[in-house]
Amino acid sequence: MKPPRFDYVRVESIEQAVELLAQHGDEARVIAGGQSLMPMLNMRLVRPQVLIDIAKAAELSGIKANGKVVSIAAATTQNALLRWQGLRAHLPLLAQALPHIGHFQTRNRGTVGGSLCHADPSSELPLCLALLEGVVELRSRRGTRRLAARDFQVGVLTTAKQADELATRIHFPKAPEDAVFAFKEFHRRHGDFAVVALAAMRCENTVRLAVGGVGDRPEVRSWDGLQGSAIDDALNEFAWQLGGSDDIHATARYRREQVRHLGRLAIAETAP
Amino acid sequence: MNLLESNIRHLVRFTLNGAQVEGYAEPRLLLTDFLRHELGATGTHVGCEHGVCGACTILLDGRAVRSCLMLAVQAEGAAIETIEGLAHEDGGFSPLQQAFHENFALQCGYCTPGILMSMTEYLRDNPNPTKKEVRVALSGNLCRCTGYHEIVNAILDAAKALREEDGASS
Repeated sequence: MKPPRFDYVRVESIEQAVELLAQHGDEARVIAGGQSLMPMLNMRLVRPQVLIDIAKAAELSGIKANGKVVSIAAATTQNALLRWQGLRAHLPLLAQALPHIGHFQTRNRGTVGGSLCHADPSSELPLCLALLEGVVELRSRRGTRRLAARDFQVGVLTTAKQADELATRIHFPKAPEDAVFAFKEFHRRHGDFAVVALAAMRCENTVRLAVGGVGDRPEVRSWDGLQGSAIDDALNEFAWQLGGSDDIHATARYRREQVRHLGRLAIAETAP
Repeated sequence: MNLLESNIRHLVRFTLNGAQVEGYAEPRLLLTDFLRHELGATGTHVGCEHGVCGACTILLDGRAVRSCLMLAVQAEGAAIETIEGLAHEDGGFSPLQQAFHENFALQCGYCTPGILMSMTEYLRDNPNPTKKEVRVALSGNLCRCTGYHEIVNAILDAAKALREEDGASS
């Protein structure tokens, strides 16, 4: 199908985008890579009056590593991040997870901020943001605020971003030197939406595990000194807490079983 | 910053396979439809219109992208390459096209333009891929005829031909 009618503005700065959002509020939609929004427009699931294109705003593209944090401008493409030379050293989890986001053709346009704002429960970047306790920076005419992953993504395709706010930067804490990461996902074919995706991090004696595709948003648990059969018990309890639901791709029961199975593999992969 | 109104057709200019082109588009017109209907470049095919099938893949500033997930107005000032630009000037096949021809890597041909454009970027960045890597790289292009074996073989052959061409010219 073809998109419905809308006005289109290509902005050159954050200030211009924020000004337009203040004027148009929820009648406007921000487009960056458009790899989720364009399908929704083509299927007429969304009907904005105004489309605000931020893809060419220079200050919304680029990656900076300062101190303990990597700051990624929201409209940086997923492939630009994948090609960033600091990725393996500072964000090894993203080096593992990014190749699973769609296909290289969609990663050429799809952006880091776009994935997070779209907030699909099974998508990879929200999962990584949750595990790593990243922060999303939002700007509006009212000011700037920073939301932790947990406070940002509140449900299925739903974030705490207000209609007049623009996501401008994403802050990921750099991986501690002794941390070990694992990423696992189950999908029918490479590049398909994940049925269940998991990310694990071990730091000293603590294991953190994030699960996407089961609950309404990525959920995280952490355990100290987890070993032997206690791993299975912890994963089983986590799976039941997540619940999950049936859809065309898998039943809730199957998803919970993937949490137990892939969870075990992910935790084992981080073992010293 | 310039607001383009929804019900007016706006001038859009970019280079298509090296030549400057222009046409008119409402903001909602997809780049695929602009290429086909406004410019008459019908080599780019329309499949699913939501980014899944890959039939409409083109090169935007040298990178493979879905032209159905882009608006024509977003392409203003860009360098676009499509299937029409792949063959040599005398009409002879490029190494990738030749390999598809020799390996029977197409049947109905609907998916072929998207695959060739995707693989143009892929082989430029990965001149010596393994069979498994080619299969992963192809995951963003659906073909409902061939079963992919011939396509994978053609891409491996094309990679080899391109490496030899590179070796000969340097």
